Amino acid sequence: MNATPALVILIAAIVTNNILLANFLGMCSFLACSRQIDTALGLGAAVIFVLTCTTVINHVIYHMVLVPWQMEYLQFIVFIAVIAAFVQFVEMFVERFTPVLYYALGIFLPLITVNCAILGASLFMIIRDYTLAQSAGFGLGAGLGWALAIALMAGIRQKMGYSDVPRPFQGVAIAMVVTGVMAMAFMGFAGMVDIQ
Amino acid sequence: MGFVLPVVVLSILFAALAAGLLVAERLLVNYGVCTIDINAGEKELEVPGGQHLLSALYSEEIFIPSACGGRGSCSYCKVTVLSGGGPVLPTETPYLSRSEVRNNVRLACQVKVREDLNIRIPEDLLHVQLFSAVVESTRELTHDIKEIRLKLLEPEQISHRPGQYVQVQAPSPEGPVYRAYSISSPVYETDMVQLVVRLVPGGIGSTYLHNLEVGDPVEFTGPFGEFELNEEPDVEIVCVGGGCGMAPMRNIIYTVYDRWPDRTCWLFFGCRTTEDIFYLDDFEELAEKHPNFHVIYALSDQLHPGEEWDGETGFIHLSADKYLEPGVPRQAFLCGPPPMIEAVTEVLKDKGLQDEDIFYDEF
Repeated sequence: MNATPALVILIAAIVTNNILLANFLGMCSFLACSRQIDTALGLGAAVIFVLTCTTVINHVIYHMVLVPWQMEYLQFIVFIAVIAAFVQFVEMFVERFTPVLYYALGIFLPLITVNCAILGASLFMIIRDYTLAQSAGFGLGAGLGWALAIALMAGIRQKMGYSDVPRPFQGVAIAMVVTGVMAMAFMGFAGMVDIQ
Repeated sequence: MGFVLPVVVLSILFAALAAGLLVAERLLVNYGVCTIDINAGEKELEVPGGQHLLSALYSEEIFIPSACGGRGSCSYCKVTVLSGGGPVLPTETPYLSRSEVRNNVRLACQVKVREDLNIRIPEDLLHVQLFSAVVESTRELTHDIKEIRLKLLEPEQISHRPGQYVQVQAPSPEGPVYRAYSISSPVYETDMVQLVVRLVPGGIGSTYLHNLEVGDPVEFTGPFGEFELNEEPDVEIVCVGGGCGMAPMRNIIYTVYDRWPDRTCWLFFGCRTTEDIFYLDDFEELAEKHPNFHVIYALSDQLHPGEEWDGETGFIHLSADKYLEPGVPRQAFLCGPPPMIEAVTEVLKDKGLQDEDIFYDEF
């Protein structure tokens, strides 16, 4: 059993073990939806919600259903099904209440389903043997960390619209470079807490 | 038997997820019945919510023009949504000008009916009907232009203004598409619609129409179009066009001479070669009956060796410049490619026509 308090895990998941900048999970939508701060914040909020909820649900299903029946080998398919169903729900919710965000996110809203950060968080929680509270903290933290990263990235990219980027670097290339620099900056937090 | 248990567990889990989604759908996607108020109480519709405005109006037999079938790429289905439409969506912004956004213009195919709507549409669109017809005859006018006569079945009569068009439904692999064609038959022929169609290589609508045989069924909606013929008999009518731009002008000319046998009317028609000439005999016959009707066809290409042509040569705006006296009250209808329209508009303005007297159809 892992003895780290849930709150510490939450903070660690945001800064030292940022799921995007330390584990490089969820890169595709991070690069695709980070041109506008509004869109980035919207997608960030959706990811926070999906990550927190699916991590908790998956924790419950894993420990209440799969472990007692010795079916841990089904974790991948079960986790993905839970995530897919949940994203469907979020899609309906977003379309109903914020149609502008729904159309701005476009295909990337349903694609949260295959966002590796979501499945990654569920799997980390199993590997690291978190309790329910720790899982909730980790899910929320990972979501907040991902949202923070994409919001920062969108801010930088909006500013970058005014910069003189050399031609070969324009577009995704400079975005990758920026992501790398951001990741290095986040390395400055390393050693503060360790949740491995 | 070890595989049964995992299958059962998985099935139960997935069924639980599906049930949860169904409940969510019931609660979230159900918008109930919404009321659409058209033109401040002129018409009121009750439609199930959750669908797009365009399809809601279609199901109530209000046919907003649309060429792309609701994919948001043709921008024909513009309507004014005064309330209940929600914010302008990113899928619409490329097609709306700033003043249109200010005036609440929206694309009907993108607006979803979520609550009661209050919309404005042009009065004419309330009279648009869905027609089913059969092909009565087809005739090759030139190597790529065909005249197609459609006999109306249901409804049996059409009432339109000269210069208006219909939208023909053509089948395509991605479902039916709609293509606009001007009505070339005069307004007094109410039991049929005649089209003049140029075959566009790879074009869905023109390929479909060119391949029709006599007796084939055709469906179309109409009439659409905002052109209004000037009702003053002293105002001259000037028609300038090329190719299948003939269609609306033929309608205008025959309609004019049915109502005002002595009205002055000019037809300038631009062709490349003598092979592109059509309807000239019909118009010359008409000109004999009505001395105030002037027909001028002009050829822009060199004559083939051995051909004879005693008419005008050069681009059509040069002929218009040559024949029209300045300072006469006129209304002009232009139909042709954009460079031609531009050149002719310039000539007509030199002759004293105002912008509101010049109406054009670009293609």
